[in-house]
Amino acid sequence: MIDKTCQWERLDRYFADGQTVMIGGFGVPGTPFLLIDALLNSGASGLTLVKNEANEDHMGISKLIETGRARKLITSHLGLNATVIGMMNRGEIEVAFYPQGILAEKIRAGGAGLIGILTDIGIDTILKTEKQIIEVHGRPAIVEPALRGDISLIHAAVADTMGNLIYEKSARNFNPLMATAASRVIAEAERVVPAGELDPDHIHTPAAFVDHVVPIPRLTEEYGVLAHHVV
Amino acid sequence: MSYKEKIARRAAAEIAPGQVVNLGIGIPTIIPRFIEPDFPVVVQSENGILGMGLPTVRGLEDRNLIDAGGSYVSILPGASFFDSALSFALIRGGRLDIAFLGALEVSETGDLANWIIPGKYAPGIGGGMELAQKARRVVVTTTHTTRDGRPKILRECTLPLTAKACVHTIITELAVMAVTPSGLVLRELAEEIGVQEVLEKTGVPLTVPKGTIPVF
Repeated sequence: MIDKTCQWERLDRYFADGQTVMIGGFGVPGTPFLLIDALLNSGASGLTLVKNEANEDHMGISKLIETGRARKLITSHLGLNATVIGMMNRGEIEVAFYPQGILAEKIRAGGAGLIGILTDIGIDTILKTEKQIIEVHGRPAIVEPALRGDISLIHAAVADTMGNLIYEKSARNFNPLMATAASRVIAEAERVVPAGELDPDHIHTPAAFVDHVVPIPRLTEEYGVLAHHVV
Repeated sequence: MSYKEKIARRAAAEIAPGQVVNLGIGIPTIIPRFIEPDFPVVVQSENGILGMGLPTVRGLEDRNLIDAGGSYVSILPGASFFDSALSFALIRGGRLDIAFLGALEVSETGDLANWIIPGKYAPGIGGGMELAQKARRVVVTTTHTTRDGRPKILRECTLPLTAKACVHTIITELAVMAVTPSGLVLRELAEEIGVQEVLEKTGVPLTVPKGTIPVF
């Protein structure tokens, strides 16, 4: 039986300067905080990060950005991270914004072996500046190239030893898309079970997309409820 | 009741039974307070939820269950979870009946600007452009004027657009207005607000129908 479980100490060798790294998560749910810490501790720099948002100040990938390890951020919205907005405004990091669902589709296309997607989102706005526009069925369409990473960092609720993944609630978000869209896919999992224990009908990401499964020994504080979002 | 609650209460009345709706940031997030508990509506959240309920009761927060603004939420019977691509397939594919959105500016032809003030405010696009451009109906909930008293409803938007000709209805603390092919039409007035005040605070001519204007 294939066993893709991997120790945290072995991750270092997979990180390198200049990589494009996709990171799952939408806010705290689905953000692989421990894998982000592993990337931080590896010392890799000049990174291009792809994530829906930059987490909140001093959390998750914000730590990579605040320590100057990211050259570029490809994202959708930074409304909850004033630190990264400040760095963007001062030119300390290059930021490329996409409509959230278009970012998702660019990643999906990258994972599906497609060259890109065609969309009319933003066709009447400043968003179309510097985009390639073609006509399809008599309508103008923006060409959005597919997006792939060197590495994807994924957070799963449950994995089996072969690499099948299950996500929980709103922690799914970008994780299953990014788990298809990189040359090396590393998933951290809250629980790892022997292959064969998961119902094949319940698996969200099939094992063939996943290269390494790293068991989370203990969820750190970052994974918890954020007090300032409690109403 | 605050002006925001007044707007949200009136916005809730836009929802027909069985509709699928998305609530943008700001005033739209308080709309659920004004929906009867047994009213059949499905609330979608961009981060991959259909069937969202009220904010979580304090102490029962689930670390894996937030809305697109980061608040802890509950779910209702029949809810489902899905990934971000599917979430926006629902929005762009025509399955979203109403998007309630905030506004920096709205034009008389229904152009919406709500995502960027160049040089001042540029947090990114998020899901707003897709919601504005592809929801079957867009209802804008906003204050009638800016903080310094300038009209937000204009002949043409001065800020970069979110989407063109997308807004159907505008709900403010003063009035409800419809975007029609012949311009903006006053549909309702807020309690104790006169037509003259609305006309003065709107940056574009407003058609006032004959007869009594309903009050909300």
